[in-house]
Amino acid sequence: MSVEAPEFVILPEPEEGKGSVTEAARRKLSSPWAVLVVVIITVLWTIPTVGLLITSFRPAADAQNTGWWTFFRNPAVTFSNYAEVITGGSNAAIGITPYFFNSFAIAIPAAIFPLVLASMAAYAIAWVPFKGSTLIFFGIFALQVVPLQMALLPLLQMFNLGWSIGDIPIFPDLNKPGSNQSLLAGTYIPLWIAHTMFALPLAIFLLHNFMAQLPRDLMEAARVDGAGHFLIFRKIVLPLSVPAIASFAIFQFLWVWNDLLVAITFAGGTPNVAPVTSYLANLKGTYGAQLHLTTAGAFIAIIVPLIVFFSLQRFFVRGLLAGSVKG
Amino acid sequence: MEEVLNGLPKLGSAATAIGLFLAVLLILFFIGARFRGRLQGPVAILVFLGPALILVTMGLIVPAFRTIYGSTLDANQEEFVGLDNYAWIFDTQQGVLVNTILWIVIAPIASTALGLTLALLLDRMRRESVAKSLIFMPMAISFVGASIIWGLMYEYRDPAKEQVGLLSQVVMWLGVDDPPNWILWQPFNNYLLMVIMVWIQVGFAMVVLSAAIKNIPADVVEAAELDGAVGWKLFSRVTIPMIRATLIVVLTTIMIAVLKIFDIVRTMTNGNFGTQVVANEMYAQSFVQFNQGHGNALAVVLFIGVVPLIIYNVVQLRKERAIR
Repeated sequence: MSVEAPEFVILPEPEEGKGSVTEAARRKLSSPWAVLVVVIITVLWTIPTVGLLITSFRPAADAQNTGWWTFFRNPAVTFSNYAEVITGGSNAAIGITPYFFNSFAIAIPAAIFPLVLASMAAYAIAWVPFKGSTLIFFGIFALQVVPLQMALLPLLQMFNLGWSIGDIPIFPDLNKPGSNQSLLAGTYIPLWIAHTMFALPLAIFLLHNFMAQLPRDLMEAARVDGAGHFLIFRKIVLPLSVPAIASFAIFQFLWVWNDLLVAITFAGGTPNVAPVTSYLANLKGTYGAQLHLTTAGAFIAIIVPLIVFFSLQRFFVRGLLAGSVKG
Repeated sequence: MEEVLNGLPKLGSAATAIGLFLAVLLILFFIGARFRGRLQGPVAILVFLGPALILVTMGLIVPAFRTIYGSTLDANQEEFVGLDNYAWIFDTQQGVLVNTILWIVIAPIASTALGLTLALLLDRMRRESVAKSLIFMPMAISFVGASIIWGLMYEYRDPAKEQVGLLSQVVMWLGVDDPPNWILWQPFNNYLLMVIMVWIQVGFAMVVLSAAIKNIPADVVEAAELDGAVGWKLFSRVTIPMIRATLIVVLTTIMIAVLKIFDIVRTMTNGNFGTQVVANEMYAQSFVQFNQGHGNALAVVLFIGVVPLIIYNVVQLRKERAIR
């Protein structure tokens, strides 16, 4: 595997001319001081990441004894930090590679599952008329109050010991007979389920807001033609909701990829299932002084979100806006 | 190469899981679509809404009640201890609570203020997208990654030696001879950790507020300008009131994120040196100390902190819906 610099594709923001100050006025008002402030903040915001990138390519001794800014005076470049972090070596016992695959294996299903289930739920709330749909909508919205932290211990117990009300099993006890190990231990399943559960409230909320704005005439025409809910959902609502779905998919993928809390609770730290964030937290805890290694590891871990972010920025921004600005 | 080959089955199992999941749904859809007439609506509700409702019930509602109940039990969740766990929090963990309150107040306000400033400055600028992308970029970086990035910034070395951390070096260039060991420098290390959060959240505040500013109708701005409102007056009398709702949403959203902040503190200091916050203490109590009573009580404290913020958001949302 080769590590290359991220592709800094910067998509122009969609020009929403309406309502904004006109172009001429804009130029008039754009004072050199404002430009200066923006440039300074932009540089300040970028420097830490640049420092990380440069340090990750410096020889161990340089990285540990001199500042990364001296690199410009003394430009020595090595790829051995990456080689060591990727495959494991004398300083870092295990490489990041298995964790890297785990991150994909966790994040892709954990983005798709809640997305599909939330689209279905959002459709039902928005377009299948029934009593209590508003109540369910606000109930789900309000569920965002429940911090992840509140659900961790009970969920962990459920995965390990099963859960039943009286004698009725709601979630089976999956312990292997005679051992203390759940069948789910060492699999991605608890992670997928947990991430799906935690993502649903926000996903349903966002997708409902989008779907509710689809034209009513369209649905009614389809109904008149005899189409049932399942057909309307698949043939009309899903295709029209692609922008919203794409936005949320990116959002959720990045969220899961970057998550640490759910990962260390449900996956432990083993290379079998734990993601890169877990590896990185360990690396910093154990080899924090080995700056050349932690920086290389961090860069490998952040490169995927950065590529996703820079190539799909427009969708990502749209998703954020849908969540926090009305209309 | 060998590692890559070892990784492929992992992707395979993920693909299988997705395939199974979709297959089950397709079968459900196929069965559901056969119901016609009066049953059609109820069956559709069951199939569409059922899975999501079951999952949020099992994953959020029931665990929330279990955690509240568990917060009144002892460390092993065996005996009822009443409010002892809460007494423990308020008697012995005051430092943690104070830190958390500082976080909730300072980090969101700083992020929103800086984000608003940038949004206003950028609104009048051409070629804004480069600056926006770069300031927004930290949003895509994990808290753990950000902690390593900033750990490097805050790295401490003996002042007599060459410096590795940029912060120390800049301070020395400015004439301070012996910069402190930033991460151990109580109580200011808390603020240095908050800087990481602000670094990440400013982009979010900027992008959302910038969109809100662009949505202010042009005639409102023009009318105000005709009436002689410029500069600060235009900003405080027109811009701010017009984007008030969005400002509050941004502020509360960051507050909720900050309240649950865990990764930064865990990776930077693991809660040592006077930097502990409720979310990380909760993890430590539950999974390191194995005191589930304390852990549950801390989770409930987090919950109580988030509730007013969300209620406020729900009220706002209802108002907006009523207007529509």
